[in-house]
Amino acid sequence: MGLRKLFLIAFKDLRLIFRDPAALIMMLLAPFLLTIGMGALTGGFSGGGGSTFSDIPVEIVNLDEGILGQTLVDVFTSPELEALVSPRLSTDLGAAQALVDSNQSAAVVCIPAGFSESLLSPRTQGSSAAPIEFYANPTMPNSAGFLRSLVDQFVNQVEIGRVSGEVIVTQLLENGLISYQQAPDIGAQIGYEMGQASATSSSIRIKADLAEGEALEFNILAYMAPSMALMFLMFTVTYGARSLLVEDRAGTLPRMLVAPTSSASVLGGKFAGIFLTAIAQLTILIGGTSLMFSLQWGDTMGVILLILAAAFGATGWGVLFAAILKTPGQIAVTGSAVMLLFGLLGGSFFDLSMLPGWVQMLNKITPNFWGNDGFFILGIGGQVKDISTHLTALLIMGGVLFAFASIWIGKRGLARK
Amino acid sequence: MPPIVEVINLVKKYGDLTAVDGISFTVQEGEIFSLLGPNGAGKTTTLSILSTLFSPTAGEAIICGHPVTKEPMAVKRVIGVVPQEIALYEDLTALENLNFWGKMYGLSGRDLSRRIDQVLELTGLKERARQRIKTYSGGMKRRVNIGVGLLHQPRLLFMDEPTVGIDPQSRRAILDSVKELNRAGMTILYTTHYMEEAQELSDRVGIIDHGKLIALGTQDELTAQVGEMDTLILHLGENEDPIHLAEGLKSLPGVLQANPTDHEVAIVTASAEEALAPVVSRANEMGFKIYSVDMREPNLEAVFLHLTGRALRE
Ligand SMILES: Nc1ncnc2c1ncn2[C@@H]1O[C@H](COP(=O)(O)OP(=O)(O)OP(=O)(O)O)[C@@H](O)[C@H]1O
Ligand SMILES: [Mg+2]
Repeated sequence: MGLRKLFLIAFKDLRLIFRDPAALIMMLLAPFLLTIGMGALTGGFSGGGGSTFSDIPVEIVNLDEGILGQTLVDVFTSPELEALVSPRLSTDLGAAQALVDSNQSAAVVCIPAGFSESLLSPRTQGSSAAPIEFYANPTMPNSAGFLRSLVDQFVNQVEIGRVSGEVIVTQLLENGLISYQQAPDIGAQIGYEMGQASATSSSIRIKADLAEGEALEFNILAYMAPSMALMFLMFTVTYGARSLLVEDRAGTLPRMLVAPTSSASVLGGKFAGIFLTAIAQLTILIGGTSLMFSLQWGDTMGVILLILAAAFGATGWGVLFAAILKTPGQIAVTGSAVMLLFGLLGGSFFDLSMLPGWVQMLNKITPNFWGNDGFFILGIGGQVKDISTHLTALLIMGGVLFAFASIWIGKRGLARK
Repeated sequence: MPPIVEVINLVKKYGDLTAVDGISFTVQEGEIFSLLGPNGAGKTTTLSILSTLFSPTAGEAIICGHPVTKEPMAVKRVIGVVPQEIALYEDLTALENLNFWGKMYGLSGRDLSRRIDQVLELTGLKERARQRIKTYSGGMKRRVNIGVGLLHQPRLLFMDEPTVGIDPQSRRAILDSVKELNRAGMTILYTTHYMEEAQELSDRVGIIDHGKLIALGTQDELTAQVGEMDTLILHLGENEDPIHLAEGLKSLPGVLQANPTDHEVAIVTASAEEALAPVVSRANEMGFKIYSVDMREPNLEAVFLHLTGRALRE
């Protein structure tokens, strides 16, 4: 009963927003045009609608003497990636960075001295490992993004290898099967095996297979489309939130509240309306760009789950505004500001890896960040499991904001007239 | 039989302002009961409490045996509400609005479409039912606004100034349908600031001013309060100043009250015949031109005038 009215209200809101030309322009047309515009600006159309990934110049600075550094070099120079990347090896970090700064290279991957040692030696357990430095060229965000994903993949594999290596070595030690003198070598061997595996692990191999036939297409639009969709998703949720206050003033909210319906159903209906609209918007934008530009969004299940999760996280923000702001005007202004701010923070306009650390922390509160990153991972061949952190983060975000807003509204009452 | 509505010492404060100040009254099943009062008297606030939208600062109201503060859902099941402001979705058609609100009231399927048909018939909007509300005139919107409140055929209907701001024809149609609904058995709690409406419709009237119920009863009971008093209405020309004239007339013997409105001065007197001559000659002395004089039997307007010293409509 309550649920039926909840959906009645939600679908009524969905219908209303699709009858509002101004809302449709902001929801659908603006992100679509901006995607095309930004795509053209970034030179994405030079190759007839898609830029291609091939022979991406990358500087590999290997200061590590150990086995893992060599493994990463092997990954970049492996035959599978031959068509995609053209790595240049050196030990001069400054010179390599200069090449990136002068746009001759897409990125520097610097493997620090003692990298293998810090990861593979069981004796240094607990001390934090020296990180691989990634220095990206901001004018080549997509190439750099692709390279970064290669490095991330490698690091993940090593991490898995290290943990399982440690466990195995410890067990062997405990059972007296190996001696302490043998332990580092065996641990290192396990780590090496796992690192090697990354060169042929599933998502990289998919790319490499593609690269053999025709050059791997990585369309700039595949990067712009999700980030614009996510940015204007924030418009949609604030518009939805605004409608709660608009209905309060127009008298339709009080009218719902004097009908035999619980206020929880009414509030739930309004929230569900925002959620449905957000899903509809993302689906239309993703479907539309897929058809018009033959964009590959990646694993279908992953894309569906990410749409749902991103819509949910964003709805949480909309609902929060509806709860704490007092007039439709306040929501409209806050909504536009937050849309731009989240767009910036979430990386819709430029690569955030250049920004200070606290910004990169702050962007975790935006649905844009998780959505952008998630769609990127799916776009380069990731599966549902690869975006599980993103999905979880978005669900927690939506859940926390939703709970907070409900409590707040519960305290002050739904109708304010 | 217990009353269908029992209002007990209802109080509603907005900060320092007391919008409803200790109101008590009852409504019997089958009645049309009107709350008559000027702007800001507290009519809408009272209805909002009775329809469970706001909780009272103090007091209680019992509707069909259910206290509004404790059993709001049971109360909502028996009432229908026609709000003062038009509360419809402008971007939906009349049909879509009726459909939505009917479902909000738990109607569905054949029941719903039958009721929608009847309501469209009653409001005379069948032809335009598939057009969006925003293309409607004010009067048509009012009619849909009322229709929504009738869809589920409530036992008790609250109507908050349903005729405000519309043309005389639509107003006539609305008043007639109110009477018809009542004849069919619906109890109606009606608010208005038009004395004529309260007079035409109601079995009993409560007069409300500044949040207080200042008079309550049948029309005969109320006009008896004014006693034998009559009202004289002096109609003035366009450029005359009724306030000035009223001041001048107040001091005459036999004139109990003189109240200025637009181009009129209303005089309350014990005997219209005796007061007429001195009033007209005083007006002439003051240089006022009187176009015509009406003599009115005691009515609700006179009751309000008598009780508050003000006219209902300023
Ligand atoms: N939400 C509110 N906050 C503060 N004051 C309010 C609020 N609602 C109403 N009031 C005040 O309470 C008083 C009674 O208002 P109410 O709307 O009940 O009067 P009314 O009799 O319906 O008047 P009208 O004929 O203009 O509709 C008015 O002084 C009004 O300004
Ligand atoms: Mg009112």
